[in-house]
Amino acid sequence: MRAVVTVIGKDRTGIIYNVSKILAENDVNIEDISQTVMHDFFTMIMLVDMTNMSVDFNVLKSALEKAGETIGMSIRIQHEDLFNAMHTI
Amino acid sequence: MAMFKDVLETVRMIEKERLDIRTITMGISLLDCIDSSGAKSRQKIYEKITRLAENLVKEGERIENELGIPIVNKRISVTPIALIAGSSDDLNYVEYAKILDAAAATVGINFIGGFSALVPKGFTKGDRILIDSIPEALATTNCVCSSVNLGSSKAGINMDAVKRLGEVIKETAYLTRDADSIGCAKFVAFANAVEDNPFMAGAFHGVGEAESVLNVGVSGPGVVKRALEKAQDASFGEMAEIIKKTAFKITRAGHLVGTTVAERLNVPFGILDLSLAPTPEVGDSVARILEEMGLEHCGTHGTTAALAMLNDAVKKGGIMASTSVGGFSGAFIPVSEDEGMIEAVECGALTFDKLEAMTSVCSVGIDMVAIPGDTPASTISGILADEAAIGVINNKTTGVRIIPVYGKDVGDTAEFGGLLGRAPIMPVNKNDCSVFVNRGGQIPAPIHSFKN
Repeated sequence: MRAVVTVIGKDRTGIIYNVSKILAENDVNIEDISQTVMHDFFTMIMLVDMTNMSVDFNVLKSALEKAGETIGMSIRIQHEDLFNAMHTI
Repeated sequence: MAMFKDVLETVRMIEKERLDIRTITMGISLLDCIDSSGAKSRQKIYEKITRLAENLVKEGERIENELGIPIVNKRISVTPIALIAGSSDDLNYVEYAKILDAAAATVGINFIGGFSALVPKGFTKGDRILIDSIPEALATTNCVCSSVNLGSSKAGINMDAVKRLGEVIKETAYLTRDADSIGCAKFVAFANAVEDNPFMAGAFHGVGEAESVLNVGVSGPGVVKRALEKAQDASFGEMAEIIKKTAFKITRAGHLVGTTVAERLNVPFGILDLSLAPTPEVGDSVARILEEMGLEHCGTHGTTAALAMLNDAVKKGGIMASTSVGGFSGAFIPVSEDEGMIEAVECGALTFDKLEAMTSVCSVGIDMVAIPGDTPASTISGILADEAAIGVINNKTTGVRIIPVYGKDVGDTAEFGGLLGRAPIMPVNKNDCSVFVNRGGQIPAPIHSFKN
């Protein structure tokens, strides 16, 4: 099962560190990362594999959201299915 | 992995443009709950609903979380109660409404539809009792929604039902007078009612439906408006294309949610109803889409054409995206639930007559319109007859959800709260139509050729 992590907010140091730390702690593997910074606005999208995830999806989601609040960014995690459904024929 | 911009587009649609799944509605057949004893029948109804829908809310919330897309309402529709209660000796079906309400509370949903009767060509005993029970049923329950199908393109219009329902709406308004006659907001009179509609107040589970199904209603007026904002100089053909593409994406999200919830609940997926259903929130309005096309206010000349194009393009995009499109699938124009419609009424741009014209080209009909509390029952019947005629002649569904707000008049506003919103009281034609309404009988089925 794969999911998409979206991180959006004002650029600062340690964003990737903070997000990937939580993913690693919960045995979630990062498969792909894309990021861009425009006018100090940071956007990152990660594709992650949750096959060996050691916690419940909701626990991971809460941990990411909490980390987002701490560093002042919006961090979402959503199953990959939604994006594939909406954007592929 | 979907492309970077696609991911961001979806996130923006959900966060900024209020893309949501408006409802997952579980349809449940109650045909096997028929019993000659009303009490036994109701016991079976309660047991069946609470058993089949036990995990509806839980699974809905789980999927909402996993996919990160809000599912605003979890609801249930059941077989029209007139069919179920008709074989009992009961002389009043309010107890059936109460048991539906109790089952809804137990499973944690916010509306249950199906306190309904289908009378396009005449009444059974059960139909008559149910219709007589509607005012008290709606006044004494919280979650129960009621509907009556009073006409069809095959049968014509049951004018006896039209007459009686005018009175029923007035009685309901009176019994719920302490809350701006809110009972009327939970009742729809249909022509050509659809049997798989997931949207309230008109949802019921038709007799041709399976034992239990999961239907989904998707919305997203804000997403369509935003897409059009980015194409200021677009021609009509280009606008139609933009709307179709947007509708496609919204429908795909709904299809995914519907099939996933259905799978987890172990019931068949029924239909996906792609309707642009507004809410009173800013940024979630159908009227604003029409204005984005170049109308100063919704209701001015050109509005009917704009709505026709919007409705058609939404259907085309949706049909491409899912093989299970059903229900209404188009654009809804409920006045009290649409911030742009409310403003258009308040500034005088949108009149009752224009709304009626708009209903000839879009989904449903005169919806969530508040009128003066002293409007005679016969005038309301006249409104029902007009709207039914539009549906019956044009082979489409039309409905009327109208609220004669007790004690209020033009210039006042009715407050319903939540998704039902608020409605400025709209004037109606004061000329009498009672002689017409009182004739009784059936308007014959229309001819289906010589369409001019």
